[in-house]
Amino acid sequence: MMVQKKSPSKITFDIFNHVLLILIAGICIVPIIHVVFASISDPALVDTYSGIILWPLGTPSLNGYNYVFKYQKIWMGYRNTIFYVVVQCVITSVLSIIAGYILSRKRFRYRNVLMGFIAFTMLFNGGMVPTFMVVRNLGMYDTRWAMLIPSAMNVFYIIIMRTAIQGIPDSLEESARMDGAGEFIIMFRIILPLCKATFAVIILFVAVYKWNEWFPALLYLDGESRYPLQMFLREILIKQVDFTNQADAMERLQLYKVLVKYCVIVVSTLPILCVYPFVQKYFVTGVMIGSVKG
Amino acid sequence: MNVFRNIATDFRRNKAIYFLCIPIVAWYIIFCYMPMGGIAMGFQNFSPAKGIFSSPWVGMKHFRDFFGSTYAWRSIRNTLIISLMDLLFNFPMPIIFALLLNEIVSHKFKRTVQTISYLPYFISMVVMCGIIVDFTKSGGVISNLVSQLTGQPAQNLLGNASYFRPIYIISNIWQGVGYGSIIYIAALSSVDQELYEAATIDGANRWKQTLHITLPGISATIIIMLILKMGTMLAVGSEKILLLYNPATYETADVISTLVYRKGFVDYNYGFSTAVGLFNSAVNTTLLLITNGLSRKYSETSLF
Repeated sequence: MMVQKKSPSKITFDIFNHVLLILIAGICIVPIIHVVFASISDPALVDTYSGIILWPLGTPSLNGYNYVFKYQKIWMGYRNTIFYVVVQCVITSVLSIIAGYILSRKRFRYRNVLMGFIAFTMLFNGGMVPTFMVVRNLGMYDTRWAMLIPSAMNVFYIIIMRTAIQGIPDSLEESARMDGAGEFIIMFRIILPLCKATFAVIILFVAVYKWNEWFPALLYLDGESRYPLQMFLREILIKQVDFTNQADAMERLQLYKVLVKYCVIVVSTLPILCVYPFVQKYFVTGVMIGSVKG
Repeated sequence: MNVFRNIATDFRRNKAIYFLCIPIVAWYIIFCYMPMGGIAMGFQNFSPAKGIFSSPWVGMKHFRDFFGSTYAWRSIRNTLIISLMDLLFNFPMPIIFALLLNEIVSHKFKRTVQTISYLPYFISMVVMCGIIVDFTKSGGVISNLVSQLTGQPAQNLLGNASYFRPIYIISNIWQGVGYGSIIYIAALSSVDQELYEAATIDGANRWKQTLHITLPGISATIIIMLILKMGTMLAVGSEKILLLYNPATYETADVISTLVYRKGFVDYNYGFSTAVGLFNSAVNTTLLLITNGLSRKYSETSLF
């Protein structure tokens, strides 16, 4: 860039712009700060405080968390969610790389037909009830499979995987084939290591998506024992089901009811927010890979 | 039978690839194409016990029932209003945010603001709605703010039909503005810097440069995002509405997809639900095709 003198209007704009962006960033983060500090505040003060909590009210304590940790369903939900996240990541990433691989083989004559067959599902779908009936007829209703198999593939992941694999020179595959490597060896030993970044992005998207997902559980699951964490959060936060039924003085219970909501939010969101700073640049990469080729 | 011979030759050459196709094709047939066949339920008095082959056919009855019912107009109107409001307020925000960030010279400041702005996106929908419920309950932060501004006593805002749409739209903006801007920030960074230098020499100020260089430079991205948005317009986040609405706010909150859910999974009226769902996705697909067609005609940018 050329060195240029700043005009007064430019300076005014710069100040205004900085202030505005700080304000936007503030609005983005303030509700989160409010929840975190409310969760360690004195419940009696939280109940009567009417503004945004930017520091712990009263003496900070972890009593609210004690209640949450004693609540078995939170742990059950946690275990189920971790199971769903891990298994879904494996299933989806393997299927995406297989699909991406076959769709990028130039010697496979019908690859574009197959791509059309897959892409058409983006345009039109059967809807909630017909999909539910298929899942039910497969005997998956109220099983863990119902949470994993219907969401096994996604056109978006297949397209970014295909784009990544298309970028790998054919000569690598040819020389491997000369050395006697089969499709599986080529796919997992040659192609996969070369598109690690895209692969990681897919795993990341699947993991966050799965961690936050709740609607399929509402449709496909009946028994609480298989509910993911988000379903229990829905009961506590949205349906306001009271779970503080421990033998404790009534007054204290009333008070802690105020806190536990904040505590479950923190407990359920903390893992994502902890890994967030490390993975956010992959997310940016992912959004960009996805946008290059739609 | 040339086709079959071609397939046979191709199969012999690429046996392993055909083998790998099996799980992919099978999954798409079972979970995407079979439900499309299940749309037949929309024309049946479907009962799960009889199945799709022996449930009695009722023709267009469900569609007549839907369009004749009081909630048909209500849900269509709410769907249109909520999605148009979302398009109007939520679509330009990430673009404006990206443009503002683009004017920042300090790299560190830019990064910090960006990182903070993505944060809300990673909060789950249930937690997000939990926070909304808490902030808008009688005595909650936002509820108090509204009562101060309007001079009315604090109330549970989610119980008041006239507040539902603003709450829905504003919380969407809060959660999506940073994440939505990623793609525009990327597009902005690929605009040719020499154009700016040339414009500066020609005496264009920053605002003129934005108007004549930056915006045209990212217009292709904007159009693609707009097409994608239009295609999912009538599929307005039913999950979020399901979490936030209640019978008191059905008047402004009940959309077609929440109706599909209630009819199918609360009332177990499968045939009716399928019919309404079919109407919804048919309109969606049409919208996507129309936008794509218009865009291809007028701007040479299109999805397919």
